[in-house]
Amino acid sequence: MSSTEAVKAIKGGEFLIRETSAEDVFIPEEWNEEQLMIAETCTNFLAQHITPNLVRIDDQEEGLMPHLMEEAGALGLLSISIPEEYGGFGKDFKTSMLVTEKLGAGNSFSVAFSAHTGIGTLPILYYGNDEQKAKYIPKLASGEWKGAYCLTEPSSGSDANSGKARAKLTEDGKHYLLNGQKMWITNAGFADIFTVFAKIDNDENLSAFIVEKSFEGITLNPEEHKMGIKGSSTRQVFFNDCKVPVENLLSERQNGFKIAVNILNLGRIKLGGGTVGASKEVTTQAIRYANEREQFGRPISKYGAIRYKLAQSAIRTYASESAIYRASENMEQATEHLVETGMDAIKAKLKGTEQYAIEAAIIKVHASETLNYVVDEGVQIYGGMGYSAEAPMDRAYRDSRINRIFEGTNEINRMLTVDMMLKRAMKGELDLMGPAAKVAGELMSIPDFGGSEDEGLFSKEKKYIAGFKKAVLMVAGGAVQKLMQQLGKEQEVLMNVADMLIELYVSESTQLRVEKLVSMRGEEACKEQLDIMRVYINDAAEHIAKSGKEAINSFADGDERRMMLMGLKRFTKTEDFNTTQARRNIAAKLIEENKYCF
Amino acid sequence: MKILVCISQVPDTSTKIVLKDNNTAVNTQGTTWIINPYDEWYALIRALELKESGVASDVHLVTVGKADTEPVIRKALALGGDQAVRIDADSNDPYETASYIAEYAKSNGYDLVLCGKESIDYNNGTVGVMLAELLDMDYIGFATNIQVEGSTATVKREIEGGEETDTVSLPVVISCQKGVAEARIPNMRGIMAARTRPLNVVTPTAVTPVAAILSYEMPPAKAGIKMVSPDNMDELVQLLHTEAKVI
Repeated sequence: MSSTEAVKAIKGGEFLIRETSAEDVFIPEEWNEEQLMIAETCTNFLAQHITPNLVRIDDQEEGLMPHLMEEAGALGLLSISIPEEYGGFGKDFKTSMLVTEKLGAGNSFSVAFSAHTGIGTLPILYYGNDEQKAKYIPKLASGEWKGAYCLTEPSSGSDANSGKARAKLTEDGKHYLLNGQKMWITNAGFADIFTVFAKIDNDENLSAFIVEKSFEGITLNPEEHKMGIKGSSTRQVFFNDCKVPVENLLSERQNGFKIAVNILNLGRIKLGGGTVGASKEVTTQAIRYANEREQFGRPISKYGAIRYKLAQSAIRTYASESAIYRASENMEQATEHLVETGMDAIKAKLKGTEQYAIEAAIIKVHASETLNYVVDEGVQIYGGMGYSAEAPMDRAYRDSRINRIFEGTNEINRMLTVDMMLKRAMKGELDLMGPAAKVAGELMSIPDFGGSEDEGLFSKEKKYIAGFKKAVLMVAGGAVQKLMQQLGKEQEVLMNVADMLIELYVSESTQLRVEKLVSMRGEEACKEQLDIMRVYINDAAEHIAKSGKEAINSFADGDERRMMLMGLKRFTKTEDFNTTQARRNIAAKLIEENKYCF
Repeated sequence: MKILVCISQVPDTSTKIVLKDNNTAVNTQGTTWIINPYDEWYALIRALELKESGVASDVHLVTVGKADTEPVIRKALALGGDQAVRIDADSNDPYETASYIAEYAKSNGYDLVLCGKESIDYNNGTVGVMLAELLDMDYIGFATNIQVEGSTATVKREIEGGEETDTVSLPVVISCQKGVAEARIPNMRGIMAARTRPLNVVTPTAVTPVAAILSYEMPPAKAGIKMVSPDNMDELVQLLHTEAKVI
């Protein structure tokens, strides 16, 4: 089997039970010249149009945000992956992720941008019929029309299918009359097109409708007063007998929930990209400030406490990024594979994305929590100025917080990660039982005290990661066996298992990235990246051990508990490693380059 | 009207300069390269504006450099320009560079040759004027505004304490600085088109450089800044006199 075939054969979630070869992952150091040019255009766009206007944007100056969206549209940034037949550039998923990452440093603008290009445009692009796509997509792609997505209601957030909005066919059969109240609608203030989810009559499931602002019966509440992302428009939208032509039903009746879920899969990994872009920018700002700010006669970047924060921000950002582009490539490959088997391109895209929904949820959680860490330490490094609204950290800190809430809260995403994994195992799509039984068997056997025969540069880390997999399989397997149907209600255990899965996936992604990078540039040129990998995996071992212990203690007892805890210790054991020195090395590079440079 | 724009590759302005080989060369490992801003923001964009307004028919780009300069010339093509030529030579000598461009330009009949007022790496600021001499064209340096009507260009340029307006008959070589045009961001259409626009490589007839760089020296480390209270003018005067020794 060629390596490409091997990759295609790997399914989402299989990282838990299979090894991946470094040569099969995509790493951001492989961007081609054209992609780098696109990235530079994004950076220049932010520098020219967004950064100088951040205060005006946060003040929601009338007409400014839609104008900025149009400027982005004029550069082609709203239509990177829209097919050329609809006025886009037909670029691959990774390229659109790169654009999302770069523009992610644009505070409120990035929220407006992501909402428009993601949930505002994709439901129509992926589920619309030819007429709907021809009518709406070119104008959304150019930015002439702006899109919004109306799913959440005052009483239905995470439980999206319980919405109260209703649609009723008119007697002449030409329109649906839409009634309901939608909340937290990004871009609502200036959107021309709303994708609205509502149940037709007393259907069990939601349907989706394309609603133009010019249709009768739409009213908006004033702008919400928010903690952060103040520049993005967020309003309640009311539909009062809003007349929606029947031809504006999106996809089929009752297919709305599926649309919402599938679009969210994409939105989640994209959110990861955006937050990594923000993390890099905030880290750069923190490094620059630390290099400029002097206390006790020296720049504060000379102090170990500050260096730790800078290094840790970079380590976590690098790790998130490694996972994002690994999964993006996998989604693309899965899509290509499906197209080769004869599936329609858009269906294949949705299926390919769905295939990696577990990874998307993992990335959403990890990258948003990384940004939360980075902005928090950013404020700390800025000290008093970090608390001042005059310095950039105040805005970054407030803007970051929403990322743990929207696109599915991090709690929902953690539960989904485990739930999807187990469902795939039940369906027989993912063979977890075999490997889990093997690990259970290993628990009974005598531990392997011998050193690894493989003495390669990555042998230790590969061994650790193999152990992490066993730890997850043991804990998850044990939880399923002990708790059975009750597992869904034991949310604390689900959180523990999810945290273990997250650390495993991100650790492995980081290791694979650095291994590939070393094969491209040589060990000498990757010293700091090797340190990043070692520190990350070292910390991950402790996090996995802690989560595993908590879970085991909650569902197992007696000999079984003792045996599992011993196994956990064995599977998360790492050799002594001086993380302090490694962080110092990483920080030294950041300080020398005066920016995030990995 | 045909315009030739000279494009030079230079290190990104945030590059940390590191010397090597006993201070006789610059270590360019890991350097990010950009289009010389004076060539990009002013010369190239003004040429594109002249084409967009119908005054010019063709905008060609030229650079002197080895294959590693191609990403930068393609970035220039992403901004616009119908085609580009890379003259395959590695030159640090303005005379050598000007000679290669002149050899290429002579056989292609350009009415207007635009370049930046200087490149931000070596800052010689002499390729343009040498090029004019070698092409036997008029030269106007440090332009802040360029208008072309028929076969006449009207050029504003900064002079000591004021501004001068010149009219000149084409063909002419003009070096450009701030004011000539506004910087643009390459758009997606341009970036994708850059791949399909011709980038030809020509081998020049070798020219012997007239100047050679013997060695480089880093500027002295920045001295610390002393803050003086506005109420304490005596201290300021004293410091300017005894420490800075400027009064």
